[in-house]
Amino acid sequence: MSSLLARFPAGPVISDGAWGTQLQNLGLDPGECPDLWNLTHPDRVESVARAYVEAGSQVILTNTFGATRLRLDAHGAGAQAVEINRRGAAISRLAAGDRAKVFASMGPSGKMLAMGETTPDELESAFAEQARALAAEGVDALLLETFADLDELGAAIAGAKSAGLPVIASLVFDSGPARDRTIMGTTPEQAAAAVAAAGADAVGANCGNGIDGYLPVCRRLRAATTLPVWIKANAGLPTMVDGHAVYKTAPDYFASRTLDLVAAGADFVGGCCGTNPAFIAAIRAALAGRRSTSA
Amino acid sequence: MDEYPDLRNAILTGSAPSAAAAAKKALEGGADPVAIVEKEVGPAMNEVGRLYEAGEYFVPELLLAARATKEVFGILRPLLAKKGAKPVARVVIGTVQGDLHDIGKNLVAAMLEGSGFEVIDLGINVSPDKFIAAIREKQPQIVGLSALLTTTMPAMKTTLDGFRNAGLRDSVKVMIGGAPVTQAYADSIGADAFGENAAAAVSVARKLVAC
Repeated sequence: MSSLLARFPAGPVISDGAWGTQLQNLGLDPGECPDLWNLTHPDRVESVARAYVEAGSQVILTNTFGATRLRLDAHGAGAQAVEINRRGAAISRLAAGDRAKVFASMGPSGKMLAMGETTPDELESAFAEQARALAAEGVDALLLETFADLDELGAAIAGAKSAGLPVIASLVFDSGPARDRTIMGTTPEQAAAAVAAAGADAVGANCGNGIDGYLPVCRRLRAATTLPVWIKANAGLPTMVDGHAVYKTAPDYFASRTLDLVAAGADFVGGCCGTNPAFIAAIRAALAGRRSTSA
Repeated sequence: MDEYPDLRNAILTGSAPSAAAAAKKALEGGADPVAIVEKEVGPAMNEVGRLYEAGEYFVPELLLAARATKEVFGILRPLLAKKGAKPVARVVIGTVQGDLHDIGKNLVAAMLEGSGFEVIDLGINVSPDKFIAAIREKQPQIVGLSALLTTTMPAMKTTLDGFRNAGLRDSVKVMIGGAPVTQAYADSIGADAFGENAAAAVSVARKLVAC
């Protein structure tokens, strides 16, 4: 059994849901840097974390998705990278207490290697800086999420591993006729192989697709690796209603499909864009119901 | 007539050095730079676009092909200018206000440049005023608006309203694109065109300046 899974009771582990949309509900403007709220609105960030713990998340993330120095530079906040990451980790640690583990969110740099906007060394260095700041506040693991480019992910895994914590690597498979590849053309099989070779501790998929699209990807990841599989689907794709983005997938539907994902081999389940604590509560109920009816 | 298969192939396989070498060889052999663009580079990029839409090419192949054609244009441009040939059109492009995503926009810019357009990239989180200033200063034929999020898409309408209020709407053709964007949305806000992806953007842009 992987050391990552050994920290949890047997069975699928419930992660959390969306943070960006939750922060927008609390007043974050489109175009505003969510990570900066760790410094300016820590109480609101903490409320999102607490809501997920209350709903049943066994793992909560951190509000640090865009907090590499490279990404923060777009907001003129690169110099605050370390502080933003430390505060974000501390906020989630406080909210989690001893009821949940904290896996710190690390998203892509926003720079395309293939367009010469950055180098592998610069990427590795930025992710290492972020990882060490998060590790300093005692998070349990590092989650590289929403990646599309294997080359960037490789640099990110190397940087993240330098902090000495387990590393989960999750990609977005939303392209190609079957919506089963990243925008760079990477398949789940290629991702699983590369992530394992780079020494990460788990591989997964998040964002990009509604939960219906996730079943085949989950199966393929499961078949391609012995590492734990991390899955976090969107609540469908949003439509605009009166100026608001509305996600049409309901928590109960999402939870029943989550059971299918568990049957297909997912070890960690949760939700991405458009989900909220109600989705996590529904997943918790569905999994409990499954346990009580299993032969 | 396919007179320079090496050049066309080099673009399709994304080899910038081979493309540059093939272009130089063609010129040394007396080829007309305008014909090279129209008969070789254009069709090659069309084929790249078709392969992308068919799900056979992905972003890496697009970028490599765009880089190869950029090399070729680098060689051809002074000769094209001497003949009085101009870029297909000038395009001002940006990600709309409130949106920080730029990969899609950057891909469109690369594909357009690779197809002979002049592209001025205003970056991300571009306000209507900044687009308006660029229209006045650069006088593009086309303005491209990009958005990745459903929540920032409405800024496209705001931007177009800004153009109308500034009396500039009729001086440009506006094309929009991005993950949540649809033809229906483009019609509803009065955009001139919608591009499904970076590859389609090229044919959309060409059609806009042809009429």
